[in-house]
Amino acid sequence: MNQLRRNFLKLSGAAGTVVLALCAGLIKTGEALAATWNKAGFESKAVADALKSLGAANPAESKDIVITAPDIAENGAVVPIAVTSKIPNTQSISIIAEKNPFPLTSTFDVANGGEGYVSIRIKIGQTSNVRAIVKADGRFYTAAKEVKVTIGGCG
Amino acid sequence: MADPMKIRATLQGDAADIRILMLHPMETGQRKDPKGEIVPMHFIQSVVVTHNGKTVLDAQWSQAISRNPFLGLRVQGAKTGDKISVTWTDNKGDKRADEAVVAAPS
Repeated sequence: MNQLRRNFLKLSGAAGTVVLALCAGLIKTGEALAATWNKAGFESKAVADALKSLGAANPAESKDIVITAPDIAENGAVVPIAVTSKIPNTQSISIIAEKNPFPLTSTFDVANGGEGYVSIRIKIGQTSNVRAIVKADGRFYTAAKEVKVTIGGCG
Repeated sequence: MADPMKIRATLQGDAADIRILMLHPMETGQRKDPKGEIVPMHFIQSVVVTHNGKTVLDAQWSQAISRNPFLGLRVQGAKTGDKISVTWTDNKGDKRADEAVVAAPS
């Protein structure tokens, strides 16, 4: 009985690993369905890894992305951020707080008349750049703004 | 069932300005309770906004979104009376869906 159970666990464990590996592979090539939560990206601790998970290793700096955020945020637990992309055919907007333990905070896919604009409140651990990554026509653009944080919001 | 959302959609020109307030603890998994035990992660992972049944925004979130999340967006080509519906799903599989109609500008 016990032996059976062990075998079963072993098997299911192995199957789980394969599924995970598959997911990771999918996400790396940037072909993950929008409905799939970007686990690799949200769990990466370096900005470069987060960018890779979005398929945006080398985004181009763009002045057509406007980040509206306070210069100084007294409370890092609630920092209002708005991102407006004036780039035509904006498909998605991602927001990265560069010095957070897990930098990637969110990805927004827009379609069917949804404008290249989102407004959100995020937690920021310490003074850092807030970076927006915009995907438009399959290409990636970026802009950043520094937000000074008096009291960190990740504790 | 989770607490209801507050959704406000108003027409501005030919676009609808949508503001959503969700009630959710958005635990990061880094905070400790008074007993010194880590409060497990509990956060909204996915938010889908539709306009008359068509998806206009499909968002993926991490635990870095603030507690009781606020989300603002705009939808072009909207009219008064159009239906906006919002659904979120959290990492524990809990869900909440609410609807609102686009109101005329005040």
